[in-house]
Parts: sequence; structure tokens; C-alpha cells
Amino acid sequence: MQSIIVIAIYLGLLLGLALFSKTFFRGTSKDYFVASHSIGPFMLLMSVFGTTMTAFALVGSTGKAFQRGVGTYGLMASSSGLIHAACFFFIGIKLWAIGKRHGYVTQIQFFRGRFESSTFGYLLFPILVLLVIPYLLIGVIGSYRVLGPLSRGLFPGMGMPDGSLPPWLIGLVICGVVLTYIFAGGSRAAAWANTFQTIVFMIMGVLAFTLISKGLGGLQAAIEQANPAHLVRTPSEIEVVTKEGTFLREVGVPPLMFLTYMFIPLSVGMFPHLFQHWLTARSAQAFKLTVIAHPICIMIVWVPCVLIGLWATGGFVEGNEAFAKPPLAFLKGLPDASVGAVLSLTLKGLVANPIVVGLVTAGILAAIMSSLDSQFLCLGTMFTNDIVLHNAKRKYTDNQILLIARGFVVGIVLITFILSLALREVQNVFDLAIWSFSGFAALTPLVIAALYWRRATRAGAYACVISVTVTWLIFFVVSGFGGEYTFGGGIKPVAIMWLVGAVAMIAGSLATKPPSDETVAKFFP
Amino acid sequence: MKTKIIVAVFILFAVLHQDSWNWDNSDLIMGFMPVGLFYHATYSIMAAVFWALVMKFAWPTRLEKWADGQDV
Repeated sequence: MQSIIVIAIYLGLLLGLALFSKTFFRGTSKDYFVASHSIGPFMLLMSVFGTTMTAFALVGSTGKAFQRGVGTYGLMASSSGLIHAACFFFIGIKLWAIGKRHGYVTQIQFFRGRFESSTFGYLLFPILVLLVIPYLLIGVIGSYRVLGPLSRGLFPGMGMPDGSLPPWLIGLVICGVVLTYIFAGGSRAAAWANTFQTIVFMIMGVLAFTLISKGLGGLQAAIEQANPAHLVRTPSEIEVVTKEGTFLREVGVPPLMFLTYMFIPLSVGMFPHLFQHWLTARSAQAFKLTVIAHPICIMIVWVPCVLIGLWATGGFVEGNEAFAKPPLAFLKGLPDASVGAVLSLTLKGLVANPIVVGLVTAGILAAIMSSLDSQFLCLGTMFTNDIVLHNAKRKYTDNQILLIARGFVVGIVLITFILSLALREVQNVFDLAIWSFSGFAALTPLVIAALYWRRATRAGAYACVISVTVTWLIFFVVSGFGGEYTFGGGIKPVAIMWLVGAVAMIAGSLATKPPSDETVAKFFP
Repeated sequence: MKTKIIVAVFILFAVLHQDSWNWDNSDLIMGFMPVGLFYHATYSIMAAVFWALVMKFAWPTRLEKWADGQDV
């Protein structure tokens, strides 16, 4: 119970910080949407890193390393260090320049201008929302995976067979806290909360790593008891006995999977919230620290998480006493969809001090919430500016604009909350995130062509977005609505989706009239 | 020229990411870090160094001036 109290105090502190940021709020819709005009390099780094990492980093990476082994780091972390920074440099800085010169605030405004099409925004907006929703879902589902095992046995009268906190209550609290501080101070509150939470989750991640390794007898002893199949990338299979029956789990990473995973980090090139950061930053210089420090920040968070996941595979080694008692004995029969609980179970099983467990869990929740806030806010900004206010016949007051943005955010939170309850038992947090990232990554030919190819046209843009959406939906359905899916010996769908998008962009552009000289002059200095 | 060098080094990094020579190597570095993880953690540090050099020697000053409304 002490752990839960520590988490409650953390959430209270977070709300206090965000409400304090409200004292700086100028009450205008502009301040609510783009306080990033005043964000410096450090806050930008923390904000961008915190938003990119989410439950995917702490909960997902530990679970994926437990499932597939050491290759997990190379699959996402090291490639992200290279490719995210490349997107910041080649896409971000150029977008900043165009945003500053022409006054664009959102992704859709930029594409409407570049492709000379107002209608294009109405096509792109619902697709962006569709892709952001899985990103939001992994945050909320991740909080269930963390707080569920931690609260097991503590709340017997709340309707869960194992006496844990019910998922609806966890989701309600997490979404409620995030909504409260977004409502209070908009993008400034989100940036402040993000910075605070990113620092918290980085410190707590390192603390969890230290304490868990101590619980297993030190770094060397911890890795020596890991299942050897997880220490290499060579594909193999292990038998997993769950309550539902026995199945074979694929361990390791096929070479084609390792190669095609490299497309996924391209997703940062199309994330709407990053677009907004790029378009509205006060100075391009503010991005320097983010470009350089981003790979290091990823390493600080991912290396400990992957190692914890590897250590937890000790449960599959016969006669390993450290994993013989609950809750660690439970790891052996963990189904693939629940591997997100590995970090929480390991922490509870090996760290005796409930206050420390509470602190580390608060750190995990910090990682989750620091992603939710920016996404919610960004969707509200786009809906208001690009759908409601775009070509609006009537004049809205500032208060009405704020009300519309907040109303849309509440709607999105509600949809996320309901979907997260429906999908909580069936989806692996890591795999669901990959589907969201794959969609955004596959759309990057659109932004690359918009920035670097003068001949790119409206028809090419339409062809690219429509073909990527159709291909994404086909693969998503074939995968069983968000499961891990590869074909042809390990090829990730994102590689095909990206190629389809690129070919459609090129073919559509070449088949139609080039953009006007005026547009070319406006976007190509 | 600078952009071409950046792109060439970027491609080299992408190739080095595949480290096929570590695929079935389970050696431990410093007694606790699997070699496959150690290699990629070092890769992250090298990527940061690469981007730091890019920031220092290839910063797009011309673009920055254009954004500020200056003639370029």
C-alpha cells in the first residue's frame, strides 16, 4: 500500500507543478497552442525525448527483450539514435525555417501550402488521428500493465479476482491527471510537466536497474542466470507453459526483420507533435542539443531496460532458485500479450522496499504521461486550427477557440480510454506501438518530397497518403489488429508501406503538372 | 559537398548497424554486457559524436538567414 501512496503523492506533485505553470498562462489561444516559442534547448530536448519514449521505452523494451532477447536494443534504440537525429537535422531545421518565414504552426497548414490544396488537410487529419490513437493506447495500456501487478492483493473489494486496482480506475486517474494539466496551462504546462517527468523516469530507470541487479546478486550474476538463447540474435524457439496451454515463443531476430526495422524510426519525421515543435521553435539553434543528446538519452534508458528483460529470462532456466517463488515464478508462464508486465513483476519480486517500488513505478508512469500530454494537445491544436478555423465563415472568440480545442481533446481521451479497456488483454504494448510508428514512417516520403523535390505535386501527395493508408489497413487487419507481424522470413510491413508511398509520390507527381513557380519560390530558398 | 559527406557517413552508419558478425556471439563484455548489446550501445555514442560534428561543421547558416528574412 505504501507504493500506491508514493505514486499518489507523485501524481499530486505533478498536478501542482502544472497548475503553477498556469500562473504564466496569458489566457490566449496562441499561448495555449504554441508556448514552444519560449522553450529553450534543454526543455526542448526533454520534451521531445519524453514524448518519443512513452510506455514503449520502459515497459515495452523490457518486455520485448524478455520475449526476443538482446537484439531488441538494435531493433529500435541504436537505429533511432541515428535516424531520429537525421530527421531532426534534415527535416526539422528546414521545417523550422519555412514555419518561421511563412507563419505555419501545424503540419496540415504546411502541407496545404506546399501542395496548394485545402482539401488535402481534410484527408490527412483523420489519418493522423487514426495513427496517433495506437500511440495513445500504448500509454494507457502500459499503465494497466504496471499498476495492475503492483497493486495485486491490495484492493480486494474492487471487483478484480486478484485484488488489484481495476483497469478502469487506473485509466481514469492517468487520463484525468494529464487532462487536468493540459486544461490548466496548455502547451506550457505540457512542456514543464514533460521536462519534470523525463528527468524523473530517467533517474528512476537507473534506480530500478541498480536495485534489480542487486536483488539478483550483482550485474555478473544477473546476466549469468539469463536464458542463453536470449543473449544472441540467432532465431530459436522456447516452450512457454501458460494457463491457456503450451506454445512456442520465437526468440532472437531474423536478419530481414533486423534490417527492415530500420524504417520504423523514420516515424519521427511525420509525428504531428514534433512537426509543431519544429514549425514553432523560437530558434533553430534550440535543436542542436536535441540532435546531439537524443542518441545518448535513448541509450541511458534502453540499455538498463533491455538488461532487466534479459535477466528476467532466468525464469526459463531450470533450477534457477531466484525465479522459483511468486511473483517471479509467474514470468515463466507469461503470454506474449502480457510481457509488458515483466518490469513491474521483477521490481516487485526483487525489491523489498515498497517506497522504492512506488518511486520507480511513478517513474514509469512519468514516461507514459509525458507522451500522452503532447499528443492530446497536438490533436486539439490541429482540430481547432486546421478543421474548425480553416476557411471558417464565422468569427470565433478566443474563449470559444479554447473551448473547441479542449472539447476535442476530451473526446479523444474518451475514445482512447474506452479502446484501452477493450484491448488491454490482447495487445503487447511494444507491438501496438510499432503499428503506429510504421504508419507515420511510411508517410515520410511525403515530407521528404515536400522539402527536397521541387517537382512533387498535389496528385503525388494524394497518391502517397492514400496508398500508404490502404496498405497500412491491409497489413493491420492481416496482423490480427496490432499483433507482431512479418512475412517473407522477417520483413516488417513498414518497408513495403514506405516503398509503396515513395513510388506513389513519384508516379503521381511525374504524371501531373509541376507546382506553380510561386509555390516553388516560397518553399525552396 | 558537406551534405554529400553527411549522407555518405550516414549510409556507412546504417551498414554498420547490421553487425552480422555479432549475430550468434554470446560473449560478455566486462562480465555483464552481452557483446550484441555493448556494440549497439557504443554505436549510440558514436552516432551522438557524428551528429555533434555535423552540428559544428555543417550547420545550415544560409537557411537560418533565409528564415530570418535576410537575403541569401
